[in-house]
Amino acid sequence: MARKDELGRQGEECAAVFLADAGYRVVERNWRCGQGEIDLVAEIGGEIVFVEVKTRSGTRFGHPFEAITVAKLGRLRRLAAAWCEQADARPARIRVDAIAVIIRPGTEPVIEHLTGVF
Amino acid sequence: MGLARTHAVALVGLTGALVEVEADISGQLPGIILIGLPDAALSEATERVRAAAKNSGCPLTRNKLTVNLSPASLPKHGSGFDLAIALACLGADQMVSAGSVGRVVHIGELALDGRLRPTPGMLPAVIAASRLGHGTVMVPAGNVEEASLVPGVRVIGVASLRDAAIWHGATLAPIPVDPILVPRDAAAEAAEPDLADIIGNDDAILAMQIAAAGGHHVFMVGPPGAGKTMLAARLPGLLPDLDPEASLEVSSLRSLSGRAVGHALITRPPLEAPHHTVTAAAMVGGGSGQIRPGAAARASHGVLFLDEAPEFASAVLDALRQPLESGMISIHRANAVAHFPARFQLVMAANPCPCGQYGAPDLDCTCPPSSRRRYLARISGPLLDRIDIQLKVQRITAAQLRLAAETPRLVSAVARGRVVEARAAAAHRLAGTPWALNSDVPGPWLRGPAARLGGAATAILDRALERGGITMRGYDRVLRVACV
Repeated sequence: MARKDELGRQGEECAAVFLADAGYRVVERNWRCGQGEIDLVAEIGGEIVFVEVKTRSGTRFGHPFEAITVAKLGRLRRLAAAWCEQADARPARIRVDAIAVIIRPGTEPVIEHLTGVF
Repeated sequence: MGLARTHAVALVGLTGALVEVEADISGQLPGIILIGLPDAALSEATERVRAAAKNSGCPLTRNKLTVNLSPASLPKHGSGFDLAIALACLGADQMVSAGSVGRVVHIGELALDGRLRPTPGMLPAVIAASRLGHGTVMVPAGNVEEASLVPGVRVIGVASLRDAAIWHGATLAPIPVDPILVPRDAAAEAAEPDLADIIGNDDAILAMQIAAAGGHHVFMVGPPGAGKTMLAARLPGLLPDLDPEASLEVSSLRSLSGRAVGHALITRPPLEAPHHTVTAAAMVGGGSGQIRPGAAARASHGVLFLDEAPEFASAVLDALRQPLESGMISIHRANAVAHFPARFQLVMAANPCPCGQYGAPDLDCTCPPSSRRRYLARISGPLLDRIDIQLKVQRITAAQLRLAAETPRLVSAVARGRVVEARAAAAHRLAGTPWALNSDVPGPWLRGPAARLGGAATAILDRALERGGITMRGYDRVLRVACV
């Protein structure tokens, strides 16, 4: 596995733990379909939250949030619809969140969570 | 989350309006949204501000910034809002004191490395800020001299965004940078040509002095090489120094056209000599988006010289009629009206015919009479009617050239002294009236009890009027030039 994939997996792990600690129920991880992948699907108070997790080992090339583009959010929105369809879920509300994880080697990961970014 | 506001100035023509720049941070993915009718150059401010802030060591927030320029209906142009936008953003993020930022007007364009670039139109912008009750203005270091020309304003010059942030209370260590300065305009510092260079043409020199004293418009006709251009170029040198108000206006117009103003207000009258292919928009001002002053506005309080006047498009010449009457140019656009001063002295020069030799003693004209008539008829009657002094200029002869070496010639400084005296006399005569120069005085006053010349003096003029040789307006023009 390439180093960047390893970092991404680590970041997703951190994000899942972070969400669980915050009272979310993690429903699905790395759900894939023909259109792409959703990093995390979580649920809180009847609301389904689709989470894009972006992990970096530093901010030399910009903050992780800066790498989440409008096109990426648009794709996530379509994926959310596809997920609801296959899961046969009829959630009252859905939400798209972004989580930035910065894992600097030898330090604790720094996690930032933005809710309702779309 | 955070909110901060500061002020900048939007210019429409020479008048400035205060613009409130608000920045709000919301919990969204990073980005800057700029709203409030920005033009293309201003929309790009977001990219400049982001890069400049990062390179100044005070990066913008990682959340979404919404920047609003209010009043939203006022069109805003150019890059002078960068500094205000950057500081509002930093204020909203509490990198700098939002209170301190809110009390200062910020004008300046940012370079990507965080330094501040000098901005055109600084002088009128600072004047506007001062007039609208703001006493503290932060400007790029390259504009400090220009901004300091406005009395009663505290000017803070900063070389970079980092310096500006430190001034507003950011906890950063200062890093000295090379400030970006305005390139010196060598043309502006060139000496005015002297009247002593002109040989012969004593009538024309006298006419130029009368024109300078009374503020009259002049039309010179003569063959090529008669010295029309030389004479016109020396007229600004005969005019007295500009009074403080005029000098502020001339300097503001210069600043607005993007030329360096320097460390002192301009005190000498300007000379504008547009080429005869000039368009109406270049002459009176215009342009899409930002409305720029044209040659006529830049010549305000100075001389507008149109060489080869019949070669100008007639629409361009006739566009000058309204400013000649009102001393003002108003340019109307769908979203704004710009007013420019246009109190210039018009000097036109023309050849008498297409070949240029008609009436010259030494060469014969080869033009048919019809084309001769057509040539000068290109200058419309209503325009000629507004010109007080019409003048024939002849080429000098070899004898005059020899003679010139022996007779003392009038230098500009002496002639200017006479012009100043004449103007003082005119001011004395016109005391108690709203006018200062002969050319300002309306006909009824000249014919009225205050200045009536009496039957004998105006007998020839009255006859010409009876025969239809001159119009009533022409009659008044003659009185205006003659009135001393």
